[in-house]
Amino acid sequence: MKSSYREALRAGIRDAMIRDERVFLMGEDVGAYGGSFAVSLGLLEEFGPDRIRDTPLSESGFVGAGIGAALGGMRPIVEIMTVNFSLLALDQIVNNAATLLHMSGGQFHVPLVIRMTTGAGRQLGAQHSHSLEGWYAHIPGLRILAPATLEDARGMLWTALQDPDPVLIFEHGSLYNVAGELDDDAGPVDISTAAIRRPGKDVSLITYGGTLPAVLDAADQLAADGIDAEVLDLRTLRPLDDAAILASVARTHRAVIIDEGWRSGSLSAEVSARITEQAFFDLDAPVGRVCSAEVPIPYAKHLELAALPSVERIVAAAKATAGAGG
Amino acid sequence: MTGTSVRHSGSVDAAHSRHLLLQMLRVRQLEEKCVELYSAAKIRGFLHVYIGEEAVAAGVMTSLAPEDAVVATYREHGHALLRGVPAGAILAEMYGYVEGCCRGRGGSMHLFDAGTRFFGGNAIVAGGLPLAVGLALADKMAGRSNVTVCFFGEGAVAEGTFHESINLAALWQLPVLFCCENNLYAMGTALVRSESQTDIALKAAAYEIPAWAVDGMDVLAVEEAARRAVDAVRSGGGPHFLELRTYRFRAHSMFDPERYRTKEEVARWMERDPITLLRAALETAGQLSAAEWEQLQADAQAEVAAAVDFAEAGTPEPVEELTRFVYSEPGGDEELRTGTATRAGTAAARRHAGKTTGTP
Ligand SMILES: Cc1ncc(C[n+]2csc(CCOP(=O)(O)OP(=O)(O)O)c2C)c(N)n1
Ligand SMILES: [Mg+2]
Repeated sequence: MKSSYREALRAGIRDAMIRDERVFLMGEDVGAYGGSFAVSLGLLEEFGPDRIRDTPLSESGFVGAGIGAALGGMRPIVEIMTVNFSLLALDQIVNNAATLLHMSGGQFHVPLVIRMTTGAGRQLGAQHSHSLEGWYAHIPGLRILAPATLEDARGMLWTALQDPDPVLIFEHGSLYNVAGELDDDAGPVDISTAAIRRPGKDVSLITYGGTLPAVLDAADQLAADGIDAEVLDLRTLRPLDDAAILASVARTHRAVIIDEGWRSGSLSAEVSARITEQAFFDLDAPVGRVCSAEVPIPYAKHLELAALPSVERIVAAAKATAGAGG
Repeated sequence: MTGTSVRHSGSVDAAHSRHLLLQMLRVRQLEEKCVELYSAAKIRGFLHVYIGEEAVAAGVMTSLAPEDAVVATYREHGHALLRGVPAGAILAEMYGYVEGCCRGRGGSMHLFDAGTRFFGGNAIVAGGLPLAVGLALADKMAGRSNVTVCFFGEGAVAEGTFHESINLAALWQLPVLFCCENNLYAMGTALVRSESQTDIALKAAAYEIPAWAVDGMDVLAVEEAARRAVDAVRSGGGPHFLELRTYRFRAHSMFDPERYRTKEEVARWMERDPITLLRAALETAGQLSAAEWEQLQADAQAEVAAAVDFAEAGTPEPVEELTRFVYSEPGGDEELRTGTATRAGTAAARRHAGKTTGTP
């Protein structure tokens, strides 16, 4: 079946709504508007306004309400339009969702799923272009997912809803229109392992989410130059699948991490640290990184492109790593 | 006063009314051009136009002094223009060129201009309110009699930040004029679907802030209400609040298929087009000849045409400069360091426009 990433997400939400009547979707403009990225288009007509619930502009309020509803036995899917606006709900996510289980000595689970769009690349200016999933991956108590494929877009949600703890799903804005084949019966997928999207033996390109397509393109270019790159899609940003990362590095002895977040204090820094901590003697070269330039994402197209990881920069970093060391 | 409507006196002089009509036309024509340029892919990103709501910015901006500060939202092209930012600098910004009022780093939603104390251009709903409160606090502490005007949509009223901000302004008696542009929709969410109490002025009143609801399609009513409110704020009366009842004629942004409202509803509101209303009133009173109307339109068109020329001639900022403006540059860009001067690009746009048509 032909499907776009957006349609795969929608199918995942529909599946969940049908399978479990405790599931409902809530957020700004998920109903009458059809979803700000049209993910929930048509669901209001199918499930009605109680279960496809439009909220006022009050991120802290409705995310907090989602936490309460989860505590109260529901299985809410809360949509925050974009990661940028999730900052208004940071207190609820970090101080409540992530801590209640611990603070209650294991008494109160928060089985909540929060979905949001992330990332840059569409000339939306600094306030609409953040990639802050790496920040959220810093927080114990949260599980952080980044679906990069149609299968994951469709299948991660249901597994996330089975998780007794809060799960945040980051959908990169550049992926919504990506289309391809998806099995009719595509179903739940695991949410704890990384996946090799392309096997290779010369260098590990480690990435996730919206940069996966560029990394795959880069791997093609590298192949033309005789470098056989392995592409590892992290999928789950917290907890990280250390075993998959280390196994890949053990095969290739070289690694480049590609992360749309800023380099300083980033997820890429964490992955790099884990490699040097646990696989230092497997490495033939220093770990490389391709991240966004340390600048609020500019509006002008040429500046925005220059700020973001590009195929050229990924290829160059991989070649530098391949050329370095022994 | 709270919750009551203010009507204008009707004895406003004709030349001034024609001036207000021109201000609305300037915004309308600029916005129409933006839509056209967006379709031609000259402008990218999100674009939110102000068509239908022009009377609000026009009526409020004419009530301000040059030292006053303005804070606006992502639907701010009209506010920037009427505050005195040249149309060329605005368009060049949307083209992403260094000649833009923010060197192309802001885009449509983030127009800023130190020279006219225009503090953006904020794309986080309710994000500008605390800024306005802080600007006013600074003025009060420094003993300046400036007013900070803060525009925001009725959608912002649902945010906690709105309540925190107006409470602070009231508590500390800060010189802020809050202008809520109530166009009845926040994207696709109608006011009645997001607020238990839809009388917005009442909410401000609950914080002990004098608040009025005003017909935002009547530029004379807006101006009269804004003058009274600005005078009261400037003379130490603490924050004031205007709910300007208006309507957006176009989609929320260029990506909005408008599933949430009917064409009939839009058509009904378009009968109250603020430009048509004022034009008709002036014609009825014998204060606007056909030739004068033609001239106003021609003036607005000429300004926009010059602005397009200016933007078309713009240049991209060299990529080598990508990481500039993350931290201030000591000994660097003098105009930026002083914080009040007009950017060279903006000044060039002003020169290009020749005479400025509507600075406050
Ligand atoms: C905190 C935050 N949440 C959500 C959004 C997405 N968004 C952009 S504009 C908008 C509607 C705001 O409506 P309103 O305040 O009434 O202003 P209007 O667009 O009608 O002028 C929304 C939900 C945002 N920019 N910021
Ligand atoms: Mg509105």
